Amino acid sequence: MSAYTSVKELLELSEKRGTPVWRTVQLMDCEEQGLSPEDSWNAMAGMLSVMRQTDRDYDRRHRSLSGLSGGDAGKMEDYIASGRALSGPLISSVIAGALRMGECNACMKRIVAAPTAGACGVLPAVLLPCAGRLGVPDERVIEALYVAAGIGSVIATRASISGAECGCQAEIGSASSMAAAALVHLLGGTGQDMANAAALALKALLGLVCDPVGGLVEVPCIKRNVLGALEAVAAAEMTMAGIRSRIPADEVFDAMRDVGEKMDASLRETGEGGLAGSPSALKQGEREV
Amino acid sequence: MNVFDILGPVMVGPSSSHTAGAVRIGQIVRRLVGGEIVRAKILLAGSFASTGAGHGTPRAIVAGLMGFMPDDERIPRSFELAAERGLTFDFGTTVLRGAHPNSAVITAENDRGERVEAGASSPGGGRIRVFELDGLPASFSGEVPTLIVRSEDRPGYVSRVTGVIAAQGINMSKLQVEREARGGRAVMVIECDQRIPYKVKMAITAIEGISKVTRLNPGEESK
Ligand code: SF4
Repeated sequence: MSAYTSVKELLELSEKRGTPVWRTVQLMDCEEQGLSPEDSWNAMAGMLSVMRQTDRDYDRRHRSLSGLSGGDAGKMEDYIASGRALSGPLISSVIAGALRMGECNACMKRIVAAPTAGACGVLPAVLLPCAGRLGVPDERVIEALYVAAGIGSVIATRASISGAECGCQAEIGSASSMAAAALVHLLGGTGQDMANAAALALKALLGLVCDPVGGLVEVPCIKRNVLGALEAVAAAEMTMAGIRSRIPADEVFDAMRDVGEKMDASLRETGEGGLAGSPSALKQGEREV
Repeated sequence: MNVFDILGPVMVGPSSSHTAGAVRIGQIVRRLVGGEIVRAKILLAGSFASTGAGHGTPRAIVAGLMGFMPDDERIPRSFELAAERGLTFDFGTTVLRGAHPNSAVITAENDRGERVEAGASSPGGGRIRVFELDGLPASFSGEVPTLIVRSEDRPGYVSRVTGVIAAQGINMSKLQVEREARGGRAVMVIECDQRIPYKVKMAITAIEGISKVTRLNPGEESK
């Protein structure tokens, strides 16, 4: 049983203990799991290094077993390099990073499920380029990962982080919410700011269904990582600009669960409804299976 | 929920249930057989059968049979590596009634000619559950220290086995006993709070009527 089941409780705990949010998340988990803070920190540093390594090792020549994905991040990189990209360098690299990690996952490379394998591109796509741009040390990024994990565990407790249970809002939506809060940490925001960004990001992604073509974690998953990453950046920026969510994070999570419960089973990872049921997807299936 | 259940596991993609969980299924079969597996027949069911190929499920299971961890970058090349090691395998599909859609039934044989048949499923997040062992129903994950005792069903053997465990100061958290018919084959699955030492296995093996004792200590998966 978690020591906190809401973001509100997490912030109160931080206040009471006089520790920053990331540290509260770390210490509460250590107490529960009987882990030393050093071991926990090293494990989290390991997560960051796997993210970095896989991002760096991306190979545009690789294709997934189904042949559905691979190479798109390379196209994005070329486009950015050509100087024609309309979005600035940061946003462009967020897009490329999300594609890279999503494709790496589809091509059976090592990834960090965050919170799931399908949504593994969101956090690194946001944190790696933003940390680079801000020039913050790795320690801050590791702290930000704890913030993300804290938000993620509240979502898992109150709602779900599984596409089969609550649709893609629970995977890409949760990842986006986690990444938004983590980015606020890099930007020096308060605990309230983190909660606000988490709320803003997930609000925008409520209702997103899980409709993977052929039941495979490829289409539309890879491009939805781009969506989740961009929304996370927007939510963090809006927060730092002083924009407040009218609905607090915990209530947004509860709303996500409500939407998930009302979502038809064909839109929850069964590979039947939505894009999975489109004529092109079905034609694809005939070729594959 | 644990922080590293949210951020993690580190795994080879693309799917925690169809790839990481499939590795774990292969791994638990390897641990149940003991030793080096030389032959395996793998039957995929439900969504493992229908979408497994695109998720690398077959390669993941074979990787697990060789003792690879879910984050091992050799998983995509497991078929080729199996051929080098002299592990032969074939795949088929099956229909399982009442089982989770992500399931497989694996018959594996080691270099000493010992065989195990196990059915296991991967409901999500990389977690797995064995639901059938050598034709008898079972339910365990190997996430906690687990002892599997195969025997003839003889009067009093359950208490003799549990007596050995208790005498070592090990706390049992769950005990399941399944048998074919009175006096037939039986499987006991005992989940414990502490790591199960080798001497417990030996002491149980010495009990009359016990045919095989397997220890599953988490964290000791690969070798
Ligand atoms: S569409 Fe489904 S499988 Fe793909 S990322 Fe979203 S939740 Fe995961």
